[in-house]
Amino acid sequence: MQHTLSVLVENKPGVLTRVTALFSRRGFNIDSLAVGVTEDPTLSRITMVVSAADVPLEQITKQLHKLVNVLKINDLDPAEMVDRELVLFKVNAPPDRRHEVIEVTNVFRAKIIDVGKNSLTIEATGTSEKLAAMEDLLRAYGIKEMARTGRIALARGSRES
Amino acid sequence: MTQRITGAEALVKALQAEGVDIMFGYPGGVVLPIYDALYDAEDIKHVLVRHEQGAIHAADGYARATGRPGVALVTSGPGATNTVTGIANAYMDSIPLVVFTGQVATSVIGTDAFQESDITGITMPITKHNYLVKDAAELPEVIKEAFHIATTGRPGPVLIDVPVDVSKGEVDFAYPETVNLPGYKPTYRGHAKQIKQASNLIAKARKPLLYVGGGVIASGAAREVKELAELMQLPVTCTLMGKGAFPEDHHLFIGMPGMHGAKYTNYSITETDLLIGVGVRFDDRVTGKLSAFASKAKVIHVDIDPAEIGKNKPVDVPIVGDARHIVAALVEELRKMDAAPRTDAWMRAIDDWRNRFPLHYSGETGTIMPQRVVQRIDAIANEMGRELIVCTEVGQNQMWAMQFHTCRSPRTWVSSGGLGTMGFGFPASIGAQAGRPDALVVDIAGDGSFQMVSQELATAKVHDLPVKVVILNNGYLGMVRQWQELFYGKRYSQSVLPQDCPDFVKLAEAYGCFGVRAEKPEDVDQALAAAFAYDGPAVVDCRVEAEECVFPMVAPGGSIDEMLGGIPGCPVSEMLDDELLEEVWE
Ligand SMILES: Cc1ncc(C[n+]2csc(CCOP(=O)(O)OP(=O)(O)O)c2C)c(N)n1
Ligand SMILES: [Mg+2]
Repeated sequence: MQHTLSVLVENKPGVLTRVTALFSRRGFNIDSLAVGVTEDPTLSRITMVVSAADVPLEQITKQLHKLVNVLKINDLDPAEMVDRELVLFKVNAPPDRRHEVIEVTNVFRAKIIDVGKNSLTIEATGTSEKLAAMEDLLRAYGIKEMARTGRIALARGSRES
Repeated sequence: MTQRITGAEALVKALQAEGVDIMFGYPGGVVLPIYDALYDAEDIKHVLVRHEQGAIHAADGYARATGRPGVALVTSGPGATNTVTGIANAYMDSIPLVVFTGQVATSVIGTDAFQESDITGITMPITKHNYLVKDAAELPEVIKEAFHIATTGRPGPVLIDVPVDVSKGEVDFAYPETVNLPGYKPTYRGHAKQIKQASNLIAKARKPLLYVGGGVIASGAAREVKELAELMQLPVTCTLMGKGAFPEDHHLFIGMPGMHGAKYTNYSITETDLLIGVGVRFDDRVTGKLSAFASKAKVIHVDIDPAEIGKNKPVDVPIVGDARHIVAALVEELRKMDAAPRTDAWMRAIDDWRNRFPLHYSGETGTIMPQRVVQRIDAIANEMGRELIVCTEVGQNQMWAMQFHTCRSPRTWVSSGGLGTMGFGFPASIGAQAGRPDALVVDIAGDGSFQMVSQELATAKVHDLPVKVVILNNGYLGMVRQWQELFYGKRYSQSVLPQDCPDFVKLAEAYGCFGVRAEKPEDVDQALAAAFAYDGPAVVDCRVEAEECVFPMVAPGGSIDEMLGGIPGCPVSEMLDDELLEEVWE
């Protein structure tokens, strides 16, 4: 099962290495990863997507808690979180098909951020599912390059992440 | 009050503030400022080892024997990498160490400078925490935190990497009184509801078993464990790390569990209906095949590390916290409940196994049996009225020491558990002796293991640390040979060591130590007595039965009630006589 872990850590050198090294050392694969500073500049939030069964996940979470620089770990409930990813697609768009690509972009409320002779670069944000659907459609035109961030997420409402 | 001093001086002052009076180390270029500051620190004794691995093992042995954190100092690059085995060893056994490594100057870190190695990167998975100090001003706080982290919660090694310009830099020194570690808050008190639940199970159990490990030693819970055991008349098994947590001459003591545990111990685990684990981690060498380990039992697990609970074995009542607090709380709760022991028939069943399947070895016919050497070490130390601290190497020597040495108190047993490090015991004995000058410190050694670290004879000699190395010299990497005998058709590939190379007596003498050889059974007592009475380090070369095996033995991955040297395929229940069985089962 896929889990979105929100890990609050001290914003210090080497902390990300400690966290990711722990995952690989204990045989876990990280599907996606995003790190950035929080509202408090001394803290960073690492959002990680991992696929794991409940028991091994509990073990890795407990191990993670033991890292001195880790303050808080929250396994976000998919029904109770808001989450986003950002993707940049560079898509083949010769003049005769360009309007179709623009249409897809509009349907997904994405933005064209760069225009080339035969390509368009599109910025899209959304959940993994939405972005996957968009990628599927764009594939028909030929995706030349793609860059994707990891998932970021927060708990809904006044709940803390 | 602050004082402007160098980083190196601040480091030394911090050690003094922590009450460090002895440390182990080896100098080199980038730690010279620290060594220079130590030159004037008369209240800190520095033991100069002959290899950095020895420094860490010695600091580790010191910590195990005294309960205080061990401190070591080494240089960058090779000095630092030479500590890796020792640090991993301490990490696996949860031993509090603070290890200082020198580092190249901050300005050249990352340039492959001379003797640069990324020791914080290398030791990340084998330290509880580590630091690379970038500014002298951070030193006091970092050192304060390091000692705090090493010694609290589940103890472990902490490494501090100190670049040479940090040692030379200046700092307004004030040693902090508290630490600010928002992400580090060990739990000490157990959850009241869980304690109540555990007490109810203990009060009701007919075949309970107390399974105690290194956590009991670390938390100083031996007295509380004894109280609990006696109150409810619980049989007690101690793991290799827990040896000494319960007096082994007590009638409730039922031996060591696991791969080389006694049959009666493993049968008891197989039959118990309530396994009470305290400060243990259900290591594979203890459990064998997990699904068959205590499979009829409910499980209570007390540990300070939440990650240990349920890691290997599902637990019915988990209690996170300090063993001493929790066991004391269990005793209090059981007293309040007026709980009475119900284990009479169970103890008789175990005693029946104990009588029928004791640990044993063949009598001597001209050749020394290694097991008897272990027993004679105990006896002679006793006769001399000396308090004995037994250290071990790894291999058959360690298992025989475990089986046949009767340990009576905590911190008198020093043995590498989790990592199984050959060459640990001897330097560890040096550290133990440094911390416990009055004790008779004996390293029960293998001929292979001792050769990994024999250069530390110089350390023992020069620092006047009168440790005794008793080599069970079988001319083999004995434990390897045993596996080859049992599982590889006696093909002794690379496990043969000529018994007379080196000549251990001459080796001892070359270092100015006492050396003596025992070749025949009748030589053993005299050799041991002479070595123990000698006022200085000594080596006893015991030429023991070369192809003796450690039995019983659970085959790797096998279930613990099926032991080689046991009764193959025979269920435990068939080994009890019917009358007793009925009483226990009733
Ligand atoms: C550093 C290290 N290398 C290899 C091993 C694997 N090993 C385990 S026991 C053993 C043999 C030990 O020989 P010796 O010290 O003579 O002890 P004996 O078993 O003969 O008592 C070996 C090689 C180890 N535990 N540690
Ligand atoms: Mg040997």
